[in-house]
Amino acid sequence: MRYEKPQTVADAARLLTAEKGITRVLGGGTDVLVQLKAGMVEPDLIVDIKALPGIRAIVAEAGGFRIGAAVSNAQLGEDAAVRALWPGVVEAAGLIGSTQVQGRATMAGNLCNASPAGDAVPALVAAGAVARVAGPGVARDVPVEAIPAGPGKTTLKRGEFITSIFLPARPAKSGDAYLRFIPRTEMDIAVASAAVSLTLNDQGVITAARVALGAVAPTVRLVDDAATAIIGTKLHDDAQAALAAACSAACAPIDDKRGTIEFRTEVAGVLAKRAARIAYTRAGGQA
Amino acid sequence: MSSISVSTTVNGDPVDFVCTPDESLLDALRNRMGLTGAKEGCGTGDCGACSVLLNGRLVCSCLVLAAEAEGAEIATVEGMAGPEGLHPLQRAFIDHAALQCGVCTPGILVAAKALLEKNPDPSDEEVRYWLAGNLCRCTGYDKIVRAVQAAAAEMRSA
Amino acid sequence: MAFDSHEKRQFKQVGTRPPRPDGVDKVTGRAQYGADVTAPGMLTARILRSPHAHARIVSIDTSEAEAMAGVKGVVTGRDFALPEDAGLADIAVNVMARDKALYDGHAVAAVAAVSPAIAKAALKAIKVQYEVLPHVTDVDAAMQPGAPVVLEGRALESVPAGMSVNVTHASEFGHGDLAAGFAKADRIVERSFKTAATHQGYIEPHACLASVTVDGKADLWCCTQGQFMVRTVCAALMGMEASQLRVTASEIGGGFGGKTTVFIEPVALVLARKTGRPVKITMTRDEVFRATGPTVSTSIDVKIGMTKDGRITAGEARLRYSGGAFPCGTVDMGAMAAFAAYDLEAVRTQGWNVLTNRPKEAAYRAPGAPQAIYAVESVVDELCQILKLDPLDVRIRNAAKKGTKSSYGPVFDDIGLLATLEAAKAHPHYKAPLKPGQARGVSCGFWFNFGGNTCVSLNVNTDGTVGVTEGNPDIGGSRASISLMAAEELGIPYDKVRTIVADTASLGYNDVTDGSRVTFSVGLATIAAARDAKVKMCARAAKIWGIDDEAVEWKDGAAWPAGPNAGQFPPMSLAEIAAVSFQTGGPIAGHHEVNADGAGVSFGVHLCDLEVDPETGKTTILRYSVFQDAGKAVHPDYVEGQMQGGAVQGIGWALNEEYIYGRDGRLQNPGFLDYRVPVASDLPMIEAVILEIPNPGHPYGVRGVGETPIVPPLAAISNGVSRAVGVRMQELPLSPPRVLKAIKAA
Repeated sequence: MRYEKPQTVADAARLLTAEKGITRVLGGGTDVLVQLKAGMVEPDLIVDIKALPGIRAIVAEAGGFRIGAAVSNAQLGEDAAVRALWPGVVEAAGLIGSTQVQGRATMAGNLCNASPAGDAVPALVAAGAVARVAGPGVARDVPVEAIPAGPGKTTLKRGEFITSIFLPARPAKSGDAYLRFIPRTEMDIAVASAAVSLTLNDQGVITAARVALGAVAPTVRLVDDAATAIIGTKLHDDAQAALAAACSAACAPIDDKRGTIEFRTEVAGVLAKRAARIAYTRAGGQA
Repeated sequence: MSSISVSTTVNGDPVDFVCTPDESLLDALRNRMGLTGAKEGCGTGDCGACSVLLNGRLVCSCLVLAAEAEGAEIATVEGMAGPEGLHPLQRAFIDHAALQCGVCTPGILVAAKALLEKNPDPSDEEVRYWLAGNLCRCTGYDKIVRAVQAAAAEMRSA
Repeated sequence: MAFDSHEKRQFKQVGTRPPRPDGVDKVTGRAQYGADVTAPGMLTARILRSPHAHARIVSIDTSEAEAMAGVKGVVTGRDFALPEDAGLADIAVNVMARDKALYDGHAVAAVAAVSPAIAKAALKAIKVQYEVLPHVTDVDAAMQPGAPVVLEGRALESVPAGMSVNVTHASEFGHGDLAAGFAKADRIVERSFKTAATHQGYIEPHACLASVTVDGKADLWCCTQGQFMVRTVCAALMGMEASQLRVTASEIGGGFGGKTTVFIEPVALVLARKTGRPVKITMTRDEVFRATGPTVSTSIDVKIGMTKDGRITAGEARLRYSGGAFPCGTVDMGAMAAFAAYDLEAVRTQGWNVLTNRPKEAAYRAPGAPQAIYAVESVVDELCQILKLDPLDVRIRNAAKKGTKSSYGPVFDDIGLLATLEAAKAHPHYKAPLKPGQARGVSCGFWFNFGGNTCVSLNVNTDGTVGVTEGNPDIGGSRASISLMAAEELGIPYDKVRTIVADTASLGYNDVTDGSRVTFSVGLATIAAARDAKVKMCARAAKIWGIDDEAVEWKDGAAWPAGPNAGQFPPMSLAEIAAVSFQTGGPIAGHHEVNADGAGVSFGVHLCDLEVDPETGKTTILRYSVFQDAGKAVHPDYVEGQMQGGAVQGIGWALNEEYIYGRDGRLQNPGFLDYRVPVASDLPMIEAVILEIPNPGHPYGVRGVGETPIVPPLAAISNGVSRAVGVRMQELPLSPPRVLKAIKAA
């Protein structure tokens, strides 16, 4: 195994493309090092991207924010402006692992690890975030929901890696929230999760919404029916019930050591309902 | 696997060491530098016994490659006590019986110090959430929370 | 030794809270644990483990691994002697499989190499051919006739009809006429329960460093609860004499019973002998979970009858425990402890152990008792609910007390159960109002407490300080307690005493640190050794004064002439006598050797307030109080620490901790990510209320305290959850999917 720490995006892409064996991109390392320890992967090349220009920066852009791929979740959580615009995303990223893990883990890494249960991913999908992908060719922008291809698999091609994630501007009277279910209060992988982003009109009626679920399918689920269930409503009880039902209907989970199909299906709806209430309140709605 | 030469700073002292590319910072601290205060309880970031500061950020040293320490500043439990004596947290842990077996203690002390530098007056709940990644199997955490609060109060009044 | 009841003792130091002697080492990172030492020329060894739950080992080809550069030695089961003693032989086979791998993670070979990386690579070069066999991991399934047979030839001589030959053990306890007892009851409740296997979860993985010289002398450094036990077992497995193997216990990073046997130590010794170099082995966390001792997994039926006014008329329990792939007697403890809290006219418990393809059980804090008492306390709670009786009143009404013939035979001496129950009832916690959706759970707990073989030396230094040499690894602050008792007895300040834990070449045999025995037994031996030293110091003073030995007495840290007839001499302090000891006969030391009995049983009562999220089944612990009889609390901080720590381990057991096996018989959660021990944010403060009912069997009235506190949380939490959701829960852990399912089914 080789360890390289390139200084430019082009060099990083060249190294990753040239290596014939297994490669891993090292950002925070909180997934890669666990995989190394467990012997799940024996890479031939590790490319540490933390020296790339701008990779650790949060930059205001077009009313939104561009979050460098090596920005740790702890750093993200300390940024008051991002937190004010996308509190649900920042909270979701802040739920990943312990304080120690927060000091290293990144949203881009959470996305590329492609676990169905990654906490940042549903919130990013609900937010309509866009990943910037560098590689041998020209950089391209990809909606985050198009990155995961299945458990542990992404749609990134050989030599490609994410350099930043863009959180867009949003209209006034908008709010987002993310909730996950874990058996303890900390340190667990989500058993089911839900993110809701929504916008209200002056009357408190929901005019736009995106609802995403985690840990209930091989990849994060963007549930259009769930959004439809609350658009045009003030999130009254029947709208919440319809939201929960649409979410449960969209679940295709598995039974495993963390939860059952039955449990995940039920709880995904409960979490969506609760997250929607928080998002609604954040948007200025009177629940 | 060819070795990598690393120059870093540990507890304020310049240190050079050689490691393999897949070696963790924890292994380098313990096996290359003789600093065995950080412990390996799991090797997967789930127990916090290997906690150190890397450029001021609290991290699990088992989840950092030793090679990443190049040019970095690392602080471990061995650097907590100064020539003037124990750090207030160290004293509080002894005075409040906040350790039994003591194997989680170095990691908890490093983590608690990072907390109090960021938040000198945390609530009990903030202490508990900050330390959620530091498993202790002996104490039930009660006396740990009390010791952290006692040290925080002492440091605030200092 | 009897309680010093003749004097109404005012303790000067016992009962205070001085800093522990190992504190500074432990807060500075200086304390040396199992993995913290190295030796010149040291090799690193790693162990190859079976990926199968049950498989015949057809062949092991180590030739490729042995040929690798940097590999210095490879061993398999053939390299270990098989002792004649069945218990030792089981340990040997558990340490390294022979013809069969008996569980996922069972060791099959080991490699010593010049670096960890080479050792790891060499493991991959070992070719093991397995013939996979049918496996069984569930305790009830393993008892069915026709279940896969884990070990041939280990069944009970007379396996009861309808049971599998996996049944290796049976026991029965009780007294009285059950049928008559149940006939007197107004209500009878009969329920079945299951509990998952849990792990001790010590944060320090097993680690050791062994070296063996060509003339057959060996040294072993390891984290263990008993260096003498390690010596006994390893010497047998190595074919060595005890005197040639010196075992030194490192600082120990938690044990809770799990380090009362050996796993890697014989492997390191055999590799050290084979390679001629020191060999270090450190387990990974994955290995700790897959191959070291979890608890028994259990299935239990309980039937209890009660009158309308809360008198228990009869109790019966059938306990089925599995201690994994080897015979295990832990079910006896459960069968004895199940009804220990109650004064019953008619009681019977029956227990069976059954083999499964799981790791060999190791002790975990009150082994066998939490499961049995959980089942009994659940049924008592349900009867209280049905009969609308206060759960503490019912327990007070039926409580065992001095003179009660216990459910397992002995008649109790002074015990603290009633005082503990009354303290719980009088405590503000029990009267605090509960909000809607919240509930309060109550449970009693019990542990026997052990005494056992103990040896202590106490050396009086010429500068007036004292060294105590004891032989039990300190897992919870015992060196502080031992120093306090020595200081108290000698009448010198605590900080003049230093207590160390000796290696096996430096002291006589000591039983393992287990059974909550150390503060009791080592304390007792330390007090006796101090008394021995005092007799010797009085004799020295007598010699100096020219009077008879009997004319000198020890009080307040000094020798005094005993009464006016002895003569007029100013008292001589310990320091003054010690300073001239070379002129009065040489060094002064006290010794005591004993197989201690009279440990004195211990009872506790726990109160738990909790709430359950009705939409997710998640339980939150809101308030928790522990009431326990500690006898005399020598160092109250560490008594509280045992009560708090034990309670939290029990909370973890009740809520989330479990060994999860897949259909393939492999452990699904061998790590702290999915084996979910409580984290700091899961918990409230744990209030510890110490009651001091002196133990008649100890000069200061000390009882063991370490184990009882893990017992009540299982039922206290299950009872609280059952009341909160309106459904009687019958299986642990109370994981959210299980609780939500019960809520939905109600």
